[in-house]
Amino acid sequence: MAETFIIIPGRTSRQGAGISEGKFKQNYQDEITQLQVAPEDMQRLNLQPGDWVRVSSESGQIEVQIKPAKGGELPPGLLFIAYGDLSSRLMGADTHGSGMPTSKGFDVEMVALPDYKPTPAT
Amino acid sequence: MATAETSPPPVSEEIKVIQDATCTFCGCVCDDIDLKVQGHKIIEAKRACVLGTAWFLGHEIEDRPMCLIRGQEASVAEGIERASQILTEAKYPLIYGMSDTTVESQRVAVGIGDWIGGLVDTTTSVCHGPSGMAFQGVGEVTCSLGEVRNRGDLIIFWGANPAESHPRHFTKYSLMPKGMFVPRGRKDRTCVVVDVRKTKSAKAADIFVQIKPRKDFEALWTLRALANGVDLDPEEVERETGQPFTVWTDLMDRMKAARFGVIFFGMGLTMTRGKHANTEALMALTRDMNKHTRFVCKANRGHGNVSGADNVVTWRTGYPFGVNLARGYPRFNPGEYTATDVLARKEADAAMIIAADPMANFSQPAREHLKSIPYIAFDPKETPTTRAAEVAFTVATYGINVPGTVYRMDDVPIPLRPAFDSPNPSDLSILNGIEKRVRELKAAEVN
Ligand code: SF4
Repeated sequence: MAETFIIIPGRTSRQGAGISEGKFKQNYQDEITQLQVAPEDMQRLNLQPGDWVRVSSESGQIEVQIKPAKGGELPPGLLFIAYGDLSSRLMGADTHGSGMPTSKGFDVEMVALPDYKPTPAT
Repeated sequence: MATAETSPPPVSEEIKVIQDATCTFCGCVCDDIDLKVQGHKIIEAKRACVLGTAWFLGHEIEDRPMCLIRGQEASVAEGIERASQILTEAKYPLIYGMSDTTVESQRVAVGIGDWIGGLVDTTTSVCHGPSGMAFQGVGEVTCSLGEVRNRGDLIIFWGANPAESHPRHFTKYSLMPKGMFVPRGRKDRTCVVVDVRKTKSAKAADIFVQIKPRKDFEALWTLRALANGVDLDPEEVERETGQPFTVWTDLMDRMKAARFGVIFFGMGLTMTRGKHANTEALMALTRDMNKHTRFVCKANRGHGNVSGADNVVTWRTGYPFGVNLARGYPRFNPGEYTATDVLARKEADAAMIIAADPMANFSQPAREHLKSIPYIAFDPKETPTTRAAEVAFTVATYGINVPGTVYRMDDVPIPLRPAFDSPNPSDLSILNGIEKRVRELKAAEVN
């Protein structure tokens, strides 16, 4: 069943280094395609590292693998993903007259995809 | 620097050392990096952080054509011609990006925007644009990073995570340095991090205040009320901010007791609901604190020369970003003339993207529209944006191959000391070519 979370896309040092190494290279692609979930939420929802989930916002949806947030970084109810193609897909186009779409701290729904098989990248 | 017309210089394999090179990966713009360079490769970047090391050592001259038109190899001259046609034929062209290039290139790009009567917007609109709007509303009490280094004894990071985004911020400017009035360095400073996540920066702080997501505005106004002696209901404060009232009174006591307080703020404020209202609250709080002691604030700017982009667009048009030059004079209106809006609303009919990657960073409707219009892209590397461009130029990298000036996040101009020549042209040489050709085409329209 889908549950509502708040997602924070943001910079990580690995994502930042990946920009310089090349956006089509493994390091960057790995970093921007992993969703961090609070360990308490993973336990409650019976999720394991590497499981696939679908995350949907008002504006888009993504399928993504999860990993536990380290060192108490996320309180339960909060998700984190490094900035990139996937995080931008969830962002709405409306900037509320500011030029800036709401790109952090918006509501998403997350649902586990136990049988999900990603289509290989072309 | 190679130009569009010259052939690549011969490559020497001798190791050379470039002292005090400037890293332009982030807004810290560290200008104390010693580089060891062999041929077209940087093999060591002394003093660079993890991001700076990747920036320098990951720099490769990619084996890609200098110019592609619709994916087919073309000469730079053909690219300049096609780009000029696209820009002059368009009714509502957009020039966007510019935060990862020199002020010299930014200046020419804005000039082209003026000649074609287009929109000029920079990546500021999707990073600290809301701070720019707040600045116009309440002003900004601020200072240089040198003052923070020498005076700052209470350093607050709000919605910013420099440990991952500006890794040398702590050591070079804000926490560790022994300064004139903080002679024991870190021991003379108190560090507070306010954030919704317990980030890596939070772990470096003396005090971490974890607030409820989307409650920055309420937390900042709580502090404003305390700074101004306004009574508050402790229960309501805790319910709204997620932290007991005593946490805020304790923080305010420390802020009042500081000799030189500094708030660095990040995109945790500008990208979250409230946006410019959040940053306006923070700037107003900084102003309020000056009734008690010396207090300043400073946006932690991301890209190496995004501050330069604000400066150049401001001194050329009077406004920092989101400027419409279609009527022959500048108009500023974020939300109306900003890049993501004009693309998502399908208004722009051509674009020139300089050193930015909207095809990865913009909302889906904006990306879809950009893909459907002819646009020109400049980047040293292949990106989703260069892949979908009608004209894509592979350019030399600023700071590594190209000299010029960039503005550090505190608006201090810093010169670049390039490591080696690139066989690829600078964006400046191409932009100069486009400006010249655009002027010819515009003159022909009149005659
Ligand atoms: S802190 Fe920023 S400017 Fe300094 S070396 Fe690191 S990435 Fe470069």
